[in-house]
Parts: sequence; C-alpha cells; structure tokens
Amino acid sequence: MVSTIETESLSKKYGDLLAVDQLDLKIDAGEIFGLLGPNGAGKTTTLSMLATLLKPTSGTGRVNGYDILKEPDEVRRSIGIVFQDPSSDDILTGWENLYLHSLMFHVPKNERKQRIDHVLALVDLQDRANDIVKKYSGGMRRRLELARGLLHNPRILFLDEPTLGLDPQTREHIWQYIENLVKLEKVTVIITTHYMDEADRLCNRVAIIDHGKIVALDKPSALKAKVGGEIVKLRVRDPKLEPIKELDYVLSVSQSGSTLLLTVQGASAHLQEILNMVGQVESVEVRSPTLNDVFLHYTGSEIREESGEGGVFERIARVRSGR
Amino acid sequence: MGELEGFYALWYREMKVFTRERSRVVSSLVTPLLWLVVFGGGLGSAVSLGGVNYQVFIFPGILAMTILFSSVFFGLYIVWDKKIDFFKEVLVAPLSRTTIFAGKMVGGSIDALLQGGAMLILGYFLGVSYNLVALVLSFVFMFVLASALVSLGLIIGSNMESVEGFQLIISFLVFPMFFFSGALFPIDNLPPYLLIFTVIDPVTYAVDGLRGLMLGSSQLPIALNLMVLAGFAGVMIAIGTWTFRRLK
Repeated sequence: MVSTIETESLSKKYGDLLAVDQLDLKIDAGEIFGLLGPNGAGKTTTLSMLATLLKPTSGTGRVNGYDILKEPDEVRRSIGIVFQDPSSDDILTGWENLYLHSLMFHVPKNERKQRIDHVLALVDLQDRANDIVKKYSGGMRRRLELARGLLHNPRILFLDEPTLGLDPQTREHIWQYIENLVKLEKVTVIITTHYMDEADRLCNRVAIIDHGKIVALDKPSALKAKVGGEIVKLRVRDPKLEPIKELDYVLSVSQSGSTLLLTVQGASAHLQEILNMVGQVESVEVRSPTLNDVFLHYTGSEIREESGEGGVFERIARVRSGR
Repeated sequence: MGELEGFYALWYREMKVFTRERSRVVSSLVTPLLWLVVFGGGLGSAVSLGGVNYQVFIFPGILAMTILFSSVFFGLYIVWDKKIDFFKEVLVAPLSRTTIFAGKMVGGSIDALLQGGAMLILGYFLGVSYNLVALVLSFVFMFVLASALVSLGLIIGSNMESVEGFQLIISFLVFPMFFFSGALFPIDNLPPYLLIFTVIDPVTYAVDGLRGLMLGSSQLPIALNLMVLAGFAGVMIAIGTWTFRRLK
C-alpha cells in the first residue's frame, strides 16, 4: 500500500496547550480514514496542518508525496477541503460559489460547466443553484461546500465534520456518495468526526484521538473487538457494585447515577447471574460494543454527542458573534 | 494562466458583491454628497475661491474623498471575509498570495472608480466641465489613488481581528486624510502646522492633480502629483503583498 499521508511527530502548541502531540500517522491511498474524538481533541488542528493552513510547531508530514512545509502549493492543488465552519460566500449564489472555486483551483475551462453540474447533482442542489447562499439552510450550505470540495477532482478529500447538522436522509446520501467516490475515483478521504455512527459506517480505519494523541488506531470492527465483550446497560435501584466487580467475566464497570454500564464476556450466558446479584433491576439492555464504548474503554470518558442541528446553529451563532 | 483565472475569480466576486450590496454602495456615496451639496452649496452661496464657486472648487476634493472612503472601507471589509471563513477558502486555493492581493486590490479599485464615475456625472450637473483628456486623466488619478488606499485598507484589515477598531481608523486615519488634503480649502497659503500634514497626506496630491485637471489651477505640476501618488501606491502595494504572504 502506498501512503498518501505520512506524519512524523507532528505537533502543534497554542501557548501552553498542546493541541496535537507528536502525531505519527500513515494513511493509505484509497481508504476512508477517520479521526474520531471529542471537540477540542485536536482533530481540526491536525487537518489544518495537513492542508497547510497551519504551520506545525514541530514535526512534519507529507501529503500526496509533497512536504507540507516545503511544498504547500503542490499539497493544496492535490487536496479538497470541506471546512467545519461555513466558508461559502453568502452574497453569491451556489453556482457562483462553485464557479469561483473552479477558477481558483484551475479546473480546465471546457470541463467547468460539466463538473459544476455534476457536483450539484450529487448534493441535490440543482434546483437551488441560482439562489443566493444567504437563503440556504445550514444543511444546504454544507452540501454546497461538500460539492465544492469535490469540484476540482482532488486525490485526497479532507472532510471536517462532514455531516454535522444534516438530516438523516441527507447524511445517508452523502455517506453513499463518499463511498462511491472512493470506489470509482480512487480518492482518499480523511474525515474528522465526533459521530460514532459516521466513523463506524464510513471509515476503513479509525484513529481515536484524545488530548492531541492517538489512543487507538484500527478498523472499527477490530477496535470494537478490543473492548472484549458485549455491553450490558442496567438501570438499578441501589446497585450493589462490589460483587459484580469480582466476577471474572465482567471486564469493566462504570456507574452514573442509577445507570450501570458493564462490559461482559459472553453476556447472554451470564446475564441471569448478574441480574441476581446487582439489586432491583428496572431495565436491561444488551448490545454489541459501539465505537463510543471503545472510546470509553481507551479514555475513560464518553464522547458527548451533540445534537446535529443544534451544533450547526451554535457554530453559526459563534461565527456571527465573532467566536 | 491559472494565476490569471484566480485573479479573475477574485475580481468577479468583488463585482458580484458590488452589484448586490447596493446599500453599501449607496451609503458610501452619501457622505461625499452631503459635503458637496450641503456644505459646498451652503458655503458656495457666499464664497468663491480661485475664481470659481466654492461648490465647484471643492468638487475635485469631494471626488477624492469618495475614492478615499470607498477604497479604505473596501480594504477593511476583509475583516468580515475572515469572519465568515470565506477567506479561508480563498487562502487555501493554490494561488500565490500576490495574485490574491492583486485580485482584491483591483476589484476594490474598480468599485471605487465606479463610485467616482457616479460623482463625475453629478459634477457635470453642478457646473463642472471636463474635456475628454481631463476626464481620462481624472480616471487615472482616481485609479492610482484607489489602488493605494485599497491596499492600505487591506493592510490594516488583514491585521485586525474584529470590527471594533473601525471607528479608530475612521477618526485617526480616514478623516484626517480627507481634512488635511486641501479638499475643502486652497493650500497655497497654509500656516506651517497645517502645511506639514498636508504635504505628508498622499490624498493632497490627488486633490491637487484633480483640481488642476478640472479647474486648471493646481499648486504642483499635474505630472508631479501623479508621480508622488504612484510612488505612494507602489509602497502600499508592496507592503500589502508582503502582508498577504504572511496571512494565515
């Protein structure tokens, strides 16, 4: 496998805060690679450094074979980016935004119209192409920006929280498209996300990142297997934890209020025994581990899920008020 | 070729914004109009200077003011661009920073020229007469002045994080540049404390040159005015390009 992205001890410091800490990454051509972590984990900072928007404090990396420090122009020409915050011009129409991008990213003149129509169709914005972006919903705006990122046929596409704020149908649509793109055009996709389902659904490999460090990196299935069992979620009045912790098939126990979260080997065989010991059980749920459990497993804390729409509006509000 | 298209893209964007944000265009014409019509008309009813009605006398100065305000504000507008993150999309494009700067600078200068053109039409109705040569050279003066001042605005704007500093820049830079330029008074007999600032103020040379072209009365030769202005523009463009290269 050829690595399209390689970093060596990539680090970024903001004052005393170490946003990205000695990151060593190898990303293969043609894969969908996820950087998964909570807000502030260093995902966007990593992406910005790879896209040559930010200079690393130390360390370096190569993107498509180009050095991010020495050959930023070559790096930029070979990548597409969809930013987390809105970055389309809201005074222009959707079509004009794409046209501008095609000019700035050197799409050949005879392909421009066809490429623009193509990407507009991918995000179902043909009908709204001539509307001013100010009139778009947050979701439409993201779709436009996604289309824009793909416009110049980049070999790597960076997506910073790509489906933040999109409705489920559109998310599914975009996920399918991203998968198709990788299959048909051999594009490598790097996604940052804090959505577990997104990482699980899309990514060939996921790096779980926390406090600027990679705490785990593998296929989603392998990561989930590392949790080592099923997840048993119990609601118990006056839970008795001590005897549960003694059981050798219970791998981990965590408690928040009356809710217990257990990792259990062979949960179906042992469930009755656990129920007998733990106290007065109000509800039981047994499920396979999700990436959320993986995250919990590695970091000891849960990723807080933001509600999609709220996230977008918060972001817009933050942008409007000057962050 | 690619750089040229990028340049065109930036200019295209500015033209679209110009035609859509009409309120911005109109409001930047209001201040010079008030000066010209109210101040010029009011004082002109009693005063004439250099053999012409006061309103006509200040017209070249008000024209320079129109360019001054719209150019500097255009440049400062980059603070908003940065805010909506649209500028990030431009900065990440595989374009040289010189091209990005040039596209912005020319786009803004043409905005300012269009507004200057509107003022010129108005001037005609106020009784200022221009021959073709004067008209063409006036546009040259306005363009050089605009390119210098858009660059100045871009330099300041790209070093600003928020719009809070706007008032400071208007009070301490834009208005002094207007008042010291001799837009409202003849500069041939100024007290020394005023003369110093007038000589330093680059807008002075635009006002004097335009006054020479339109009214036939300038303190300095028109060519010298243009050279000083061009020198100022050259320095501003150089600093602006350098500033953009360092932009993150």
